[in-house]
Amino acid sequence: MSDKRVPFGDPAWIRGMTRRRISRRELFRYAGAGAGALGLSSMLAAGGVGCEEQATGPTPGGEGSADWWAQQQAGDHINFTNWPAYIDRDFSIDGPGSRPSLNEFIQETGIDVTYRADINSNEEFYAAIRPALEAGQDTGHDIIVITNGQELTEMIQLGYLIELDPTRRPNFDANVGPAFKDPVYDPGNKYTMAWQSGMTGIAYNTKFVDEEITTLEQMLNPKYAGHVGMFNNTADAQNLTMMELGINPETSTPDDWQQAADFLQRFNDSGVLRGWFDQAYLTAIENEDLWITMAWSGDIINDKLYFPEYATFEFTALDTGAIVWVDNCCIPNEAANPVGAMMLMDWYYDPVYAAMLTRWNAYVSPVPAGGELVQAAAEAAKGAEKEQLETIATSPFVFPTPELEEKLYNYRVLEGDEIEQWNDLFNPIFIS
Amino acid sequence: MERPVQPDLHLVAPERRPRRSTAPYVLAAPALIWLLVLFVIPMIAMASLSLQEGTSLEGFRQTFRFANFTDAIADNGAFLVRSLRNGVIVTVAALLIAYPVAYWIAFYGGRFKSVFLFLLLLPFFISFVIRTVAWSFILSDDGIVLGTLKSIGLLPESYHVLGTTFAVVAGITYNLVPFTILPLYVSLEQVDRSLVEAAKDLYSNRAQAFLKVVFPLSLPGVFAAVLLTSIPAIGDYVNAAVLGNFAPGTSMIGNVIQAEFLRNRDYPEGAALAFVLMAVMVVGAVIYARVLGTERITEG
Amino acid sequence: MSAVSTQPRRVQLPEPVARRPRKRWTRFVLPTYVMAFIVYLSFPIFIIILFSFNQTRGGFGTSPRVKTTWLGFTTEWYGRLFELPDLTASLRHSLTIGLLSALAATALGTLLGLALARYRFRGRGGTDFLIFLSIASPEIVLGAALASFFVALGVTRGLSTLFLSHTMFSIAFVAVTVRARAAGLDRSLEAAAMDLGARPVTAFFKVTLPLLFPGILAGFLLAFALSMDDFVISQFTQGPATMFPTWVFGSTRVGIPPHVFVFATIIFLTGAALAMVLALTQRRRT
Repeated sequence: MSDKRVPFGDPAWIRGMTRRRISRRELFRYAGAGAGALGLSSMLAAGGVGCEEQATGPTPGGEGSADWWAQQQAGDHINFTNWPAYIDRDFSIDGPGSRPSLNEFIQETGIDVTYRADINSNEEFYAAIRPALEAGQDTGHDIIVITNGQELTEMIQLGYLIELDPTRRPNFDANVGPAFKDPVYDPGNKYTMAWQSGMTGIAYNTKFVDEEITTLEQMLNPKYAGHVGMFNNTADAQNLTMMELGINPETSTPDDWQQAADFLQRFNDSGVLRGWFDQAYLTAIENEDLWITMAWSGDIINDKLYFPEYATFEFTALDTGAIVWVDNCCIPNEAANPVGAMMLMDWYYDPVYAAMLTRWNAYVSPVPAGGELVQAAAEAAKGAEKEQLETIATSPFVFPTPELEEKLYNYRVLEGDEIEQWNDLFNPIFIS
Repeated sequence: MERPVQPDLHLVAPERRPRRSTAPYVLAAPALIWLLVLFVIPMIAMASLSLQEGTSLEGFRQTFRFANFTDAIADNGAFLVRSLRNGVIVTVAALLIAYPVAYWIAFYGGRFKSVFLFLLLLPFFISFVIRTVAWSFILSDDGIVLGTLKSIGLLPESYHVLGTTFAVVAGITYNLVPFTILPLYVSLEQVDRSLVEAAKDLYSNRAQAFLKVVFPLSLPGVFAAVLLTSIPAIGDYVNAAVLGNFAPGTSMIGNVIQAEFLRNRDYPEGAALAFVLMAVMVVGAVIYARVLGTERITEG
Repeated sequence: MSAVSTQPRRVQLPEPVARRPRKRWTRFVLPTYVMAFIVYLSFPIFIIILFSFNQTRGGFGTSPRVKTTWLGFTTEWYGRLFELPDLTASLRHSLTIGLLSALAATALGTLLGLALARYRFRGRGGTDFLIFLSIASPEIVLGAALASFFVALGVTRGLSTLFLSHTMFSIAFVAVTVRARAAGLDRSLEAAAMDLGARPVTAFFKVTLPLLFPGILAGFLLAFALSMDDFVISQFTQGPATMFPTWVFGSTRVGIPPHVFVFATIIFLTGAALAMVLALTQRRRT
């Protein structure tokens, strides 16, 4: 939208501004000229946007190869871009010290870290950096954190991520949990190292909601009209809805997807929905705009534990279970400091720092030893701190119990034409 | 002895001078080149993009697929209609709100006309994104307006304004009202007061004087105001994003285009839709000018 | 009926309608309405200024967020103004690009406006139409086109692409402003200068340009304001470096830091003060 500031004392300007000076004849004349210029277009953009071949790994001596890594030096600055509420915080301190685990890295290595919690959705973040990646330019980020899904798979397939150096991650090799080593979406951990894992379920504010919400159907109750939220990304709502309908999302078929789409459309038609959200759902439920919403486990548990005004929040899985996902650290092409990035990524595989993360953000740690440290700290703690740690140590969403694990499912992995089919089916629901 | 005829320069319009110099081309060239490279050619690039096929993963190929346009309209026609509807509502509301203000300032502003115009433009010193965000604050569920009303008991606890079409339209109207006032003010200010006096001398009352004299003379301003208001209103997406939050029924065509580029990575569809929007605007503006007579719009 | 009458006919005029004494209250309807309107227009400004003094508790994001309810008065945010490096950087980018693009657009647009006001030349109609299109295009269309263009060329997105884009959309506004001013100029002054022996170029610089100056200044201010305010085009053409409005928009996801409102208040008061100064100097000149 244009915004014009008028020098209020000059009517001549205003007069000139409000005059139009074309005539119909001139308009048509120039429309004709424009059509001829279309021929130019084919020359200009003959290659089209995004003509990439599928990547098969670094070329010999190219970025990500062993030779290339051997030549890299650690820089003095790292740009670490992550999701909000994902790193431990100490609000009594201002500045870098307010993130204790990160601060210790800065102190120990002398490398400065700029931490940005700018990622609110995989699709939007990827779409924003994609032009730079496509042009082979520095995106401005050294470490980014992407959830397993369409976007991460596309980045790997198009060769937009630097292959990690297996020799620079001793902590990872020693401490990574078996569930996070060699994942399906990144065999051999060539490009990613897990940051945290979490679950998608339902959150509700008991201040406004009397019943326990364990199904999506309950969210369609008219008495919650205007205060219900759902996710609008390419994976969560779709997969969780299939689980609601009793379908195993991992093996779902296009017919199943259609069923899920029809169910989601009911949210649009029923008038209960406040909006389709990305990370902003957390702000909305904190503002009490939302009373019930799809949510990510750690966000809610963290709010409930560490902020008294949000003590009325609850997070639950569906009756039929929950979706589990993994957020992964990776290094985009042309990153300024890949060596530093790997150092930092590996830093968090030290159980001490992994424990610091999970203690705060209440997500599943990829480092079992780190989880054990949290449980030990819970036993040893006293008073109010003990209560907080006990809650985390016993939460099935941070330390999944066997009962819950039976009901945890991954996202449906999409290949080839399925991606377009899935997106064409679901995207119109999120903007309607 | 002949007296040399001095041409009266007041009467000789510039276009009568047989100047065939290169001056205008030299003067205009830099700006035109800039506009050519950064306006015309990007439009052509977007036109080219709109005819391509493919996905973000596999890449896009130029196939001159004109069906992209029909597909885009078929899939998103509802948003286009909704945007046009919102544009009409905003324009009508803005005109109704703005006209009395413009009238009063032009006719009764006196020495303080500039002061009032200044007050009108005051909000523009703060970026419109922040103004829209401020409205989302004011209208939030337990903010200063709704919160107070709810605590008194005038509104049910679950009442909300954000996330409704009303909030979006109100936001757009607020942001555009100054654009509506200005052309109205300009044309009202030019109305010859003696005509109003003459009408009163001919025994019309104030209402008739207004309806039969002032209002018709202000019509050029009304027409300009309609253009200046409806075009940004139809293409807006910030208000729908901040005040509507993608609640069902609030998103506009701008949101769809933005999502195609900055979320779905379906560039051809986004480009095709942008062109459709542009075409609707330009065609609409031309039809509007034709229906009302181009002379009124191109008054010099 | 006779065509010509030799004596004036007595026309029977209707009795003049006695003017009803205007009821007191109708006189106040319109002014009250205008006052209410001005309050409505300024209301968000007051809220922003007010909430820049609002207390807040830390949020889950990387910085405290403004709460929608009033928690208490504090001036601490004014002291902590530059605490958020990204926000400060975005403001710096906005001011830099605003200034540079306004200068470029003013230079180009002034020349263009002059050419349009003074000369008839081939392609003038096309130029007019180009300017119309540039002003009338919805910003989303401009942004999408520029995005397609920069991607097709593989140009790095960053401050340079922002500069190019912002200058582009400001040129037309400056040109229209200057044209309006130039069209209203008295050409005889310039001719008089030349009659007194000045060459055309000298006449231009010593006579025309000073007379044009208010229009040029207005165009510059307009271009600066347009650039500072721009959101849509910046969102499509910025790279890693953000601008102030896009940063603010992004921050609405996790909550707006109070520093944003403080900056907005300071910008507003500065702009208002500048405008008042401008108004006073203009008054004296005219």
